[in-house]
Amino acid sequence: MTLSIGVPSKGRLQADTIAWFAARGIEIAPSSRSREYRADVRGAAGVSIVMLSAGEIPGELAAGRIHIGVTGEDLIRERIAFRTRDVRLARRMGFGHADVVVAVPDFWVDVETMADLDEVCADFRSRHGRSLRIATKYHNLTRGFFRKAGVADYRIVDSQGATEAAPKNQTAEAIVDITSTGATLRANHLRVLSDGLILRSEANLCVSGEAPWTPAAETSFAALSDRLGLD
Amino acid sequence: MNAARASLSSACLSGEALERRSAVVERLLAVFTGAGHAQLEPPHLLDADLLLDLYGEDIRTRAFLFPEPVRSGELCLRPDFTLPVALSHAQFGWQRAASYAYAGPVFRLQDMAETRPIEYLQVGIERYGEADRARADAAVLALMLEGLDALGLEERRIMTGDPSVVFSLLDALPLAPDRRTALRRHFWRPNRFRALIERFSLAPTPPGDQRAALLEAAEVGAPAVEAMAAQGRELVGLRGLDEIAARAGALAATSGAPPMPGEEADLIGAVLDVRGGAGEVLAQLRDTTTAAGVNIGPALEAFERRLDALNCVGIDAEMLPFDVRFGRAMEYYDGFVFEITADGEAELPPLAGGGRYDSMTRRLGAPEAVPAVGAMIRPEVAIRAGARP
Repeated sequence: MTLSIGVPSKGRLQADTIAWFAARGIEIAPSSRSREYRADVRGAAGVSIVMLSAGEIPGELAAGRIHIGVTGEDLIRERIAFRTRDVRLARRMGFGHADVVVAVPDFWVDVETMADLDEVCADFRSRHGRSLRIATKYHNLTRGFFRKAGVADYRIVDSQGATEAAPKNQTAEAIVDITSTGATLRANHLRVLSDGLILRSEANLCVSGEAPWTPAAETSFAALSDRLGLD
Repeated sequence: MNAARASLSSACLSGEALERRSAVVERLLAVFTGAGHAQLEPPHLLDADLLLDLYGEDIRTRAFLFPEPVRSGELCLRPDFTLPVALSHAQFGWQRAASYAYAGPVFRLQDMAETRPIEYLQVGIERYGEADRARADAAVLALMLEGLDALGLEERRIMTGDPSVVFSLLDALPLAPDRRTALRRHFWRPNRFRALIERFSLAPTPPGDQRAALLEAAEVGAPAVEAMAAQGRELVGLRGLDEIAARAGALAATSGAPPMPGEEADLIGAVLDVRGGAGEVLAQLRDTTTAAGVNIGPALEAFERRLDALNCVGIDAEMLPFDVRFGRAMEYYDGFVFEITADGEAELPPLAGGGRYDSMTRRLGAPEAVPAVGAMIRPEVAIRAGARP
């Protein structure tokens, strides 16, 4: 049984991941037949690479179908919350930076903090007869953060894309989403709350405790640990 | 490769174990219906909207919610009987007095570290419209004890509480209305409650630039706030300029309010800390508030009436354990709450629990809050504690 590593199958995240491994002497060459989600690897013995969509990697780690995976901390914290705790963020990789934030319409000049938002939730409920809606794909992160901030009387509305347009489309009053420069939020007339940073996320090398840690997999992992800077 | 993972679902019951459980359920139902409670069979599946409205998003961490694909809504497996029984009572008419009994499974999502089952039985009662609240509270606790007696479970501990003690204190203190509202709203979230008291106790800090400009505009009037908000910004979403102006007005009206006097914060803390035998608690609450010159007389009279009513049904009210903080984790209870645990079985969930939830009836559509109180026994816990039906 080899040590399997899940790597993002496309885009910037894939390129950055391949470069990161290359800088540590491990060459990953995606198979020439691009439909085959396998890759050749050189510079590490007993290792196999599986190309996966970045969004699938947390689930594969949780299910123990891969030993190691590269994915955003935001996705790990969001997806693993309910399933298992035995997925470890082992190493920050220095790319794929994105902040998960709470943003409200910019013209809400009376709302600067989460405490303001909580008061507005109470107002909104008494005026509109229903809860203020937060559009997001980060249901668990939102719930956890709002609970800690003591915000009550809100409802999560699932949004898997173009979340920042939700207030304009009147499908939600505020949002929780990722942002890297804030340009998209500004273009949609939204503003991040001063204490509305939920998570500073970046790509992480994650280790699954659920995977079959055979002696062979352990050996390959030990050989890799130093080079990859894992504990 | 996941052979080591425990099964997600509960075990199947058969033979003697099934017979024992059925006997416990039947025994309890007989006690409750014998005391005049009409048996109901509420649905297992509820419209998730109702629960989300009532309990907020956190219900998703405690109950099973899932999509209903045909009508693109969301359903919830009942996490308890209180809501479904209240809903069926609403159909019969809120104004009617009625008492119900029920038995069946409830479904709870459990944390990874939690060993409690995700599916278990509850046998209980709910009672509506009894104007003599003290008597109804005592009757419900007494009936749970009678149910446990019928199972031969006589070694038990009771804990009681009553959030209305703190609510009446907040009403009696000369708090600014916005502060009172905030504290009432966050009573159920102890950390936020504490943070609010700390914030109210501090000398007002000068507002930041943006807040200062907003307050200044609010002093001028609502149109000035609306002009400020709309300037160079696109108006998106359902929350309108008028709402922003209204809140800015409210902020201006309370800005620069003097800090909450230390004695008030201390009094809230002192009342929260009161615990002991209910008789002693009553005396202590009376002394503490009287010494502070605060009158929560009606709440204390209701407390005393309940002690009398408990004595009348044969419960030693004087010594009944009471903790002002107890019940803060159970959002819908707003009056008497209690839990009964098997003595010496610390690892078992409570055998029984219940309480009063008058204000929830209003949120469910009652024209005004209807007296509502209920409680249930967990048959599987009773069996683990040695029940002999």
